[in-house]
Amino acid sequence: MKMRISGGRVLDPANGIDENLDIFIGDGKILAVAAELDGFNAEHDIDASGRWVIPGLIDLSARLREPGHEHKATIESETRAAAAAGITTLCCPPDTNPIIDTPAVAELIQNRAEQAGYANVLPIAALTQGLKSEQLSEMAALKQAGCPAVANVGPLANTQIQRLAMEYAQTHKLTVFINPQDYWLGKHGCAHEGKVSTRLGLPGIPVAAETAAVARDLALIELIGVKAHFTRLSTLRAVRMIARAQYDGLPVTADVCAHQLHLTEMDISDYDSLCHVIPPLRTQRDRDGLREGVKQNVIQAICSDHQPHEADAKLAPFCSTQPGISALETLLPLSLRLHEEDNLPLSETIRRLTSGPAHILNIDAGNLSPGSPADICIIDPERIWRLDQNSIQSQGRNTPFMGWEFKGRVTHTLYRGNIVYTLD
Amino acid sequence: MNLQVDENGRLRHFLSIDGLNRDILTDILDTAESFAGVTEQSIKKVPLLRGKTIVNLFFEPSTRTRTTFELAAKRLSADVLNMNVSVSATTKGETLLDTLRNLEAMHTDMFVVRHVDSGAAHFIATHSQPHISVINAGDGRHEHPTQAMLDMFTIRRHKQDFRELTVVIVGDILHSRVARSQILALNALGTGEIRVVAPRTLIPAEIDSLGVQVHHHLQSGIRDADVIIMLRLQNERMQGALLPSEHEYFQLYGLTEERLRVAKSDAIVMHPGPINRGVEMDSQVADGSRSVILQQVSYGIAVRMAVMSMAMRSGQQRKGDESQ
Repeated sequence: MKMRISGGRVLDPANGIDENLDIFIGDGKILAVAAELDGFNAEHDIDASGRWVIPGLIDLSARLREPGHEHKATIESETRAAAAAGITTLCCPPDTNPIIDTPAVAELIQNRAEQAGYANVLPIAALTQGLKSEQLSEMAALKQAGCPAVANVGPLANTQIQRLAMEYAQTHKLTVFINPQDYWLGKHGCAHEGKVSTRLGLPGIPVAAETAAVARDLALIELIGVKAHFTRLSTLRAVRMIARAQYDGLPVTADVCAHQLHLTEMDISDYDSLCHVIPPLRTQRDRDGLREGVKQNVIQAICSDHQPHEADAKLAPFCSTQPGISALETLLPLSLRLHEEDNLPLSETIRRLTSGPAHILNIDAGNLSPGSPADICIIDPERIWRLDQNSIQSQGRNTPFMGWEFKGRVTHTLYRGNIVYTLD
Repeated sequence: MNLQVDENGRLRHFLSIDGLNRDILTDILDTAESFAGVTEQSIKKVPLLRGKTIVNLFFEPSTRTRTTFELAAKRLSADVLNMNVSVSATTKGETLLDTLRNLEAMHTDMFVVRHVDSGAAHFIATHSQPHISVINAGDGRHEHPTQAMLDMFTIRRHKQDFRELTVVIVGDILHSRVARSQILALNALGTGEIRVVAPRTLIPAEIDSLGVQVHHHLQSGIRDADVIIMLRLQNERMQGALLPSEHEYFQLYGLTEERLRVAKSDAIVMHPGPINRGVEMDSQVADGSRSVILQQVSYGIAVRMAVMSMAMRSGQQRKGDESQ
């Protein structure tokens, strides 16, 4: 269908565009971003006056719970929620059940997403078979099956296996996603080790659990030269270490979860299990350091770290609850709030959600270039709204941001030229 | 919002010392003082809680604490139900909330809860019906507030003014819910100086934020102390590589008559029990003239009577409000 999005403020950081232009779409692709396109007859026109028109968001970490945990959520339910949140590409970490360590699982996930038709889902493959850190996964076949990167989740005690896996990944030009937490230092903990964990009697996870892992893997990256991406940073010190590594020319990037930019250890003071996340919420200084990392482009992407849960998963004493926040629908609102609170330029805010992550994944998305898939998000920047039980779309209702008021709301989402979400 | 205090400022649940002010703590001690008289009489019962049902809900094995709670409830003339919920029962798929709902259906008025998870009592109080009061009998490594109050009671019986005192807590501060509650209570009552003594491995992060001085050597730690509280050392601390051996622990931190000399001449020695003789202290100290360990046990009943009767009073008022 031929479509025209007219009158909006087009924000496309990848192409350095920030002006009022129209977008012309045909065959699911962007034909042009211009004031006028000769000979174009739109079958459908979206009036975007007073709105922002940006590339569809890319989320580097979203658990969709399928296959294996369908009682929490499904690919269908969560990609639909993603569409409502303006997200058109999601990366799914490998710890599904079965684990994403064979092409069959990778293909299953993509097929389910294809059937649902709301968003592109990119499976991140397991670095080792069964995520056990014993044998390498079939990375060449997994890449062929559509996995843009490999990751290890959970314990990784054997440094030699890590080295070899990184070397093998580099052989196949796969980016290695690293979720830095030293297994032993973090093993029993459920909260940042500090004042609040001491007062509440919660076993702590020290800052060193993250920095020890970052230091070790930076040493391996330096040795191997593999392209590596540190996901979900939580500490100021890790930001500094990665900034230093980038300055030294190492091929490393990083992301942070949106909630880490807004919450701190103080938010668990009442044993609020909705704030039980791993890595844990840390101090105000860490939060400020992460914000500064985003500003300085040490952190190139903001992700949701979406982890939808059934209600029971959060109904227990703090440490016995399952960690994670249902976060797709707060990714953009919390990022826009960062723009408002922290004076992060709007184009940079959008970049961290679009071309920043696209660059990390090395995919053609997150931009409005002619020829690119028409993945587009339209935002009413003045619309004030509240996240509540009626507005949330995800099957997981586990979010500490329930009841928060936000400014700026997605009104339309286009995925490959199809309107997959409209607000009104 | 303070979950523990009702709209009239009275004790509703007793979950933690954290969040309670000096007035409420003093009220508990004064009430306990009146019950201490009862427990010393030949007829040891008062009819305050006649017809009330109290459930001792213990998810962690305990004999001593459970027994004193049971005795306290019986002396208040309440009906007592002891539930020892083994961990295996909850792993069968019954959640903590299921257990709670079942017991609520038996028209319970109060839960006395012990659980391995920090925050468990808080969780139960949040999810119980409004007329039910919850008493924390120890949650993970968080708090054990009735133990701390009986310790405060013991100190008050032996010493005059908290502001003049130097109180020292020796041992596994990291894992100790007793230590946390004691520190908070001592501070709320205005104690002059509070010290903790242990090797680094047994001191929690940023403990100084709770208002204590940290010492790693026993001798400097107990110098001129008025009150010395020794904590119990669990055997599993050796397996966790927190300490090399009981032997070395006793060499460095064990309390002996000899070492006690640097404390004030009228210093008292306390222990929440049960004592590992030859680990935390030698028998001479445990059974000596400075030791008030057995008094702690008997005061424990009066203090628990006080807390139970105070919380129940607030709970009954809420029950009355509901039925109107």
